[in-house]
Amino acid sequence: MHELSIAMSIVEMAQEEAELRGNVQIQAVHLRLGLLSGVVKDALLSSYEMACETTPLEGSRLIIEEIPVEIYCSNCEAQRPVHSIQYFCCAECGTPSAEVRRGKELEVAALEITE
Amino acid sequence: MSSEPRMVEVRKNVLKQNDVIARALRERFRDEGILAVSLVSSPGSGKTMFLERTLTMLRSHYRVAALVGDLATENDARRLARSGAPVKQITTGTLCHLEASMIQKALDGWEVGKLDFLFVENVGNLVCPSSYDLGEDLRLVLLSVTEGEDKPLKYPTIFNSADVAVITKMDLAAAVDFNEQALNQNIQAVRPGMKVLKLSAKAGEGMQEFLDYLSKLQRFRLQAAPAF
Repeated sequence: MHELSIAMSIVEMAQEEAELRGNVQIQAVHLRLGLLSGVVKDALLSSYEMACETTPLEGSRLIIEEIPVEIYCSNCEAQRPVHSIQYFCCAECGTPSAEVRRGKELEVAALEITE
Repeated sequence: MSSEPRMVEVRKNVLKQNDVIARALRERFRDEGILAVSLVSSPGSGKTMFLERTLTMLRSHYRVAALVGDLATENDARRLARSGAPVKQITTGTLCHLEASMIQKALDGWEVGKLDFLFVENVGNLVCPSSYDLGEDLRLVLLSVTEGEDKPLKYPTIFNSADVAVITKMDLAAAVDFNEQALNQNIQAVRPGMKVLKLSAKAGEGMQEFLDYLSKLQRFRLQAAPAF
């Protein structure tokens, strides 16, 4: 399980961003989490609480937006959702594709802050 | 004092620090003409045996070295050192994967001279290593015939982060009723077009084909052509 070290990086990054903006309090961290990021949402949520302990982020929330996997479909000539994470083919026409265009995100998207 | 919360945009990759180091490593490998190959798999699928054999066979034609990650012990480094190649153990303590900074640290101050190949054996784990770029040119995911043909479906993320699947312990295939077709199908389902190699490091079957493949990639590297 590597979610705790990921959670600690999130807390660290959020703290740096807060410091850049002066003396602000972080209420929530918004995270974009791709389904192919290798990070498990529930494990990350509980790790986040632990990582926040004794930091200025204690009591803040982690809000996760899960990003579905999308591939480039050569048949549709467009970016399309995959059929499933076990079956990498276009959800619309069934053409197989390993060209992942979306779904590997692990990104702090935004912070909710109060002055 | 307290006000309404407001949103501020950040849009930063959480693993940015790792990715920056990985990129620097990749550039360094390219500049020095090194082909960096990493290995991921479950514990016990035969990474160390496979790597020992690879190092031994490659050494007659190339300059090779290996880094090997484990939570604890230097056993694997000792086994690999039997190949005669320079080997360095990275003990991660409680960490279940290698990160780019550990590779960088292990390489700094390691006097191995010029290299053609650097191998990096990750900690045995099919989950966590998938999130971390190590700056390698080629990532192999190993899978032994004893592990069950549905493993790719259970761990699609690691198969998506790897370039080539290597099926190991082929000498045991008959004993465990290994269904090659089912495994191939599952690999192609989670990663269409993935190159699959079958071999037995113990019996030697399939090893030459793997080494020929590596040699080809190394030639491309030296010609600075886009091989991948």
